[in-house]
Amino acid sequence: MRIVTDPGSQSWYEASARQRVAGLVDEDSFEEFLGPAERAMSPHLPLFDLPRAFDDGIVVGRAKLDGRPVLVAAQEGRFMGGAFGEIHGGKLVGLLRAAITAKPAAVLILFDTGGVRLQEANAGETAIAETMRAIADARTAGIPVIGLIGGRAGCYGGGGLIAGTCSRLAVSEQGRISVSGPEVIETNKGAEEFDSRDRALVWRTMGGKHRRLTGGADAYCADTVAAFREAAIRLIGTAPAFDLAMLEAEQARLEARVKRFGDCRDATEIWARLGVNDPDAVPAMTDAAFAETVASVTEASHDAR
Amino acid sequence: MTLAEILSSVFPRGHAVTVADGLVTGQGSLDGKPLHVIGVDGDTPLGVEGALALSAAVLDVVRTGDRAPILVAIDSDSQRMSRRDELLGLNECLAHLAKALLLADRLGHPTIGLIYGHSAAGAFIATALATRVLAALPGANPSVMDLPSVARVTKLPLEKLQEMAKSTPVFAPGLDNMVATGAVHVVLDAEKPLDGQVRELIAALPASDTRDTLGEERGGRPVAREIAERVQRQARGG
Repeated sequence: MRIVTDPGSQSWYEASARQRVAGLVDEDSFEEFLGPAERAMSPHLPLFDLPRAFDDGIVVGRAKLDGRPVLVAAQEGRFMGGAFGEIHGGKLVGLLRAAITAKPAAVLILFDTGGVRLQEANAGETAIAETMRAIADARTAGIPVIGLIGGRAGCYGGGGLIAGTCSRLAVSEQGRISVSGPEVIETNKGAEEFDSRDRALVWRTMGGKHRRLTGGADAYCADTVAAFREAAIRLIGTAPAFDLAMLEAEQARLEARVKRFGDCRDATEIWARLGVNDPDAVPAMTDAAFAETVASVTEASHDAR
Repeated sequence: MTLAEILSSVFPRGHAVTVADGLVTGQGSLDGKPLHVIGVDGDTPLGVEGALALSAAVLDVVRTGDRAPILVAIDSDSQRMSRRDELLGLNECLAHLAKALLLADRLGHPTIGLIYGHSAAGAFIATALATRVLAALPGANPSVMDLPSVARVTKLPLEKLQEMAKSTPVFAPGLDNMVATGAVHVVLDAEKPLDGQVRELIAALPASDTRDTLGEERGGRPVAREIAERVQRQARGG
């Protein structure tokens, strides 16, 4: 087994939630709230004969990032697909509410979720609504909420809606953001509509490169903890306000996107219209080449989120 | 109740609310003051165009600065499930609609949700669940996922889930369970005029998000409030 000496060089995709947090923030600065020792476990999963986790699949706490205080939440995609259950959601809601009095430099949400945990569906769905309201409160109070997306489970369902509520988003190639996942679309509408086994189609339609090129994310990272750290530090300083002017700009931005690309069947057609020279080359592009491509696309960067 | 019946009961003296492609927009007058209406009717799925049409209507209201309430009337399907919607960033469009409602409420337009039919998943979160207070009419059927689909995903027999649903509101579809979790604040009386009941909702808006407290009191979400409170307490200490 390879010994990783620099936690920053670790793959974000492969890392656990705790490893991501440890490498993301300043060394040894993380202090967990309601940690595993407190055994806050789902009261509902035993009814389904399912195993529980001491942290219910989410790690929350405070830390320093580049010397400044931040609050951090990290979902663990390897437990129940990082899905929102009652305790999982309650921890995130509590952290965001705490931001109003703690006034950190930012709240960081490390998404890794398939959406609502079906065994606790009503609690998960309501917690997502509470989370979005708490994010609006934090942003209104001038606290940036930064989403980081590059985990195994992606950012699906209500997770995608929460991501769209954040001030800024960083994504890696592996990061997928969408509401209906490929399997959900296929189950409901058939494989002709979406073949969930076509991995290339999944990446093109909801993966990090497509989201970054179309302005659905604000930074594109290599798949390392260090790259996400650098992006988080940079994005905090560029967080848009939460006000009427911002939402009017977002309205115009999204309407323009639907009007301009509404007849496109595939992401490659959208990338071509955005002025990307060789759209078919985008999926295989190196991170450096992709960064250059993004820089040439004006729609990719904006303050309308 | 149908949307037409609801609107005549909220606005006995008439209104200018219209429905196009399942999207509801317009306004009426309550106590001589405007009451704006947006919504989804006819079990319509909410896609990128629908979400942006509704958010545009909300932002139009905010721009007037009239500080009049907004009624969000919902009988929708879930989010529209398609490759095209996801390609165009449905998550951003639905979040944008929710943000528009959350901003409107902050800028003095009280938002009142009214679920009178179905709603599910992303469409529910972006509309009814993004309001300050959510009321329901008897017969409404909010859900996250229907039980046969839950059975498929959880690999549990449907009969077992149906049996569990009787005693466990946390996962089962339906209005009673959404009331128990605190997501729905109150069920209105369909036998009484709705204008008075909407007036009462506006007069007694909760100042903060009380949904987890309601869920604890009603037993549908026994621990969420306490968990959020413990996290906040630890964040204050040390």
